[in-house]
Amino acid sequence: MSSISAGVVVFPGSNCDHDAFAALTKFEMVSPEYIWHKDTFNRHFDLIILPGGFSYGDYLRSGAIAGLSPVMQSVKNAASEGTVIIGICNGFQILCESGLLPGALNNNSSLKFICSDQNLRVEQNDSIFTSGYIKGQVVNFPIAHGEGNYTAPKEVIDTLEKENRILFRYSDIKGTTGAEANPNGSINNIAGIINAEGNVLGLMPHPERNADILLGNADGLTLFASVINSLSEKKVQHA
Amino acid sequence: MYSVQVFVKRRKSILDPQGKAVEQGARLLGYSGITDVRVNKQIDFTVNTEDEQEARSVANDFCSKLLANPVMEEFQIHLQKL
Repeated sequence: MSSISAGVVVFPGSNCDHDAFAALTKFEMVSPEYIWHKDTFNRHFDLIILPGGFSYGDYLRSGAIAGLSPVMQSVKNAASEGTVIIGICNGFQILCESGLLPGALNNNSSLKFICSDQNLRVEQNDSIFTSGYIKGQVVNFPIAHGEGNYTAPKEVIDTLEKENRILFRYSDIKGTTGAEANPNGSINNIAGIINAEGNVLGLMPHPERNADILLGNADGLTLFASVINSLSEKKVQHA
Repeated sequence: MYSVQVFVKRRKSILDPQGKAVEQGARLLGYSGITDVRVNKQIDFTVNTEDEQEARSVANDFCSKLLANPVMEEFQIHLQKL
């Protein structure tokens, strides 16, 4: 089987880079490597992860300065050529700040930094990120953020809804969304969205933190498995 | 040279959790008449040019590209010749 090239970007203040790297090493055909934020690259990556953390100390706005890092120009080029990009937590904030995804992440409406396990409803399973889940399935991912309150103009939200680009919503264990199951005030309980082309995902919850059954559940591993399967199939088709 | 003061504030429709927290502080101090608290940002810098129009244009560009996120925020620029 041909190998899948994957990069995990490291910004000053990233703290989930090793977890993301470890999740990728669970797949034999993936050989991940770290990419330093000051570096640019021309070579092809099948998958790039922007990990969680507090890049540049979250100064000014979370993800704002990281979005201007040299590596982000290469990430933008790669995204336009179809490389799969996953931005987790701070990575999601960076994707929004750099314009790869619409909207922004405001402070949590509760005024608190939240660190807990959170139920999510899988909204779509026809994406490369969620093909291993059942549509409507409730999964449990850890969340840990102070600025996860997804906001965007009404027309952007309408487009995301219409184009089925919301992959995960905050819910209760029964899959019911609504204010009571919303930890941070995100519009329409949005926890994760994709771009129009379907190759860039941003989500606040942490699939890399529960990518091993030893950590309680392996719901997050299914997300990575979905992506790796899709990339492998693509390689087989091209071969 | 121009000294520039930029005020960045969240749009009215966007929740300002810091403002809300400070308003709770006002309640604790017994101020019942203080409402609509918003915590805004002021960012100061200098633009090295003698041309006011250029200074304004540079500041405007800087605000649009980095200092304010148009999804959530708006900004005002104040210039002063040094």
